[in-house]
Amino acid sequence: MRKYTPKDNVQAKAYYTDRFHVVPSVPTQDVSTDEVFAKQLEILSSQVEIKSAYIQVGQMRVEIDHKDNFKAIEILKNECGYAMMTDMSAVDYLAKDGEFEVFYQFLNLQERKRVRIVCRIEQGLAVESIVPLYKSANFSEREMFDMFGIVSNNHPFMKRILMPDDWEGHPLLKTYPLQGDEFASWYEVDKIFGKDAREAIGPENRDPSRIDRYDTKRFSRVGREVPFGADISKGEPETPIEYSETLLVDYNKSQTQLENRK
Amino acid sequence: MAQHQVNYASAGGLPVALTTVDHLVNWGRSNSLWPLTYGLACCAIEMMAAGDSRYDFDRFGTIFRASPRQADVMILAGTLSKKHSEFARRLYDQMTEPKWVISMGSCANTGGMFNTYATVQGVDRIIPVDIYLPGCAPRPETLQYALMMLQTKIRRESANMNKNRKQNLRLI
Repeated sequence: MRKYTPKDNVQAKAYYTDRFHVVPSVPTQDVSTDEVFAKQLEILSSQVEIKSAYIQVGQMRVEIDHKDNFKAIEILKNECGYAMMTDMSAVDYLAKDGEFEVFYQFLNLQERKRVRIVCRIEQGLAVESIVPLYKSANFSEREMFDMFGIVSNNHPFMKRILMPDDWEGHPLLKTYPLQGDEFASWYEVDKIFGKDAREAIGPENRDPSRIDRYDTKRFSRVGREVPFGADISKGEPETPIEYSETLLVDYNKSQTQLENRK
Repeated sequence: MAQHQVNYASAGGLPVALTTVDHLVNWGRSNSLWPLTYGLACCAIEMMAAGDSRYDFDRFGTIFRASPRQADVMILAGTLSKKHSEFARRLYDQMTEPKWVISMGSCANTGGMFNTYATVQGVDRIIPVDIYLPGCAPRPETLQYALMMLQTKIRRESANMNKNRKQNLRLI
């Protein structure tokens, strides 16, 4: 058995953390402090179960159950005037809470209001697609699937959008290593040359400052070329350029040379 | 002033130039390097600048071609993502021999600042590279210099590509 190492968060940690740093907390207000939001929340809560709601930085944040997401967003669009879906994605809280947080960001152009709809979803469950309501959700939901593996039901074209179609894993998960797993690190080699070429090509160099002075498989000095893979630890001989004396005349030399030729 | 006077075979002033096949072929090859228009990221902006009238690649006989079938040089200008690597290799395979590759910029050389899962860590993993051009992004003068180094390299090669050591670098 190999030694078990926790894989909840294998991505790189910050190099430096301030011991005395206090995370600033953003003040929240009650929804009743804003008339427009209070009215909209009333419409929402009459038809959908609201888990929590508050105002933060001038935006209302409403948490709902993930099964109600289509219904709630339909109400927002049709009855509250939110004509634009500006953004949607997910946040990986799997290590902390065992859930994803899926969020939708909306803009009301008439009343200049923004609202965020948030729902929590466990891994392996799917959300309902909101493409029938907002066309802009099409690519965002595909990206959410690509990056987190969260499927949207009834999406017209549920397919990876950024990574190749045959990619393994979902890169924005905290469990996904920053420099890629074995599949990722050999992807281009396997795809182009096949797995047999792995040995000939070798693993990726992840050290940006690595220089191999004596690597004659990749590098050669101009004027000092040696055969492929030759050992040059004792220096390499210089091979001068053979200029054609007939065709090329060195005009950089002094004028007297020209005169000599006459 | 017509400085480019041909020094004819000195005996008798005959209009005959003596040379070897290698020199003649390499003279033609090195002075008509047609690169493939292949900008991948921000280095492509510098490549375009090198091609336009201020820096003027045309005076080297370097004219960008939109088809790999007509190109001699592949200038890989920018970040090569793993998703795209397959197509980069296919374009390289579609180029006719003889062909050369300039890897332009840090990203193409080593992956550069993109030390991540989705970027090819150096295009020499999939394509044999002749000239590595450092910089982020390299200025047009630097690309010109890389092209001139490539010309120097070609002039040293044998006209018979089978004799050139580069054949050994073909991965498959």
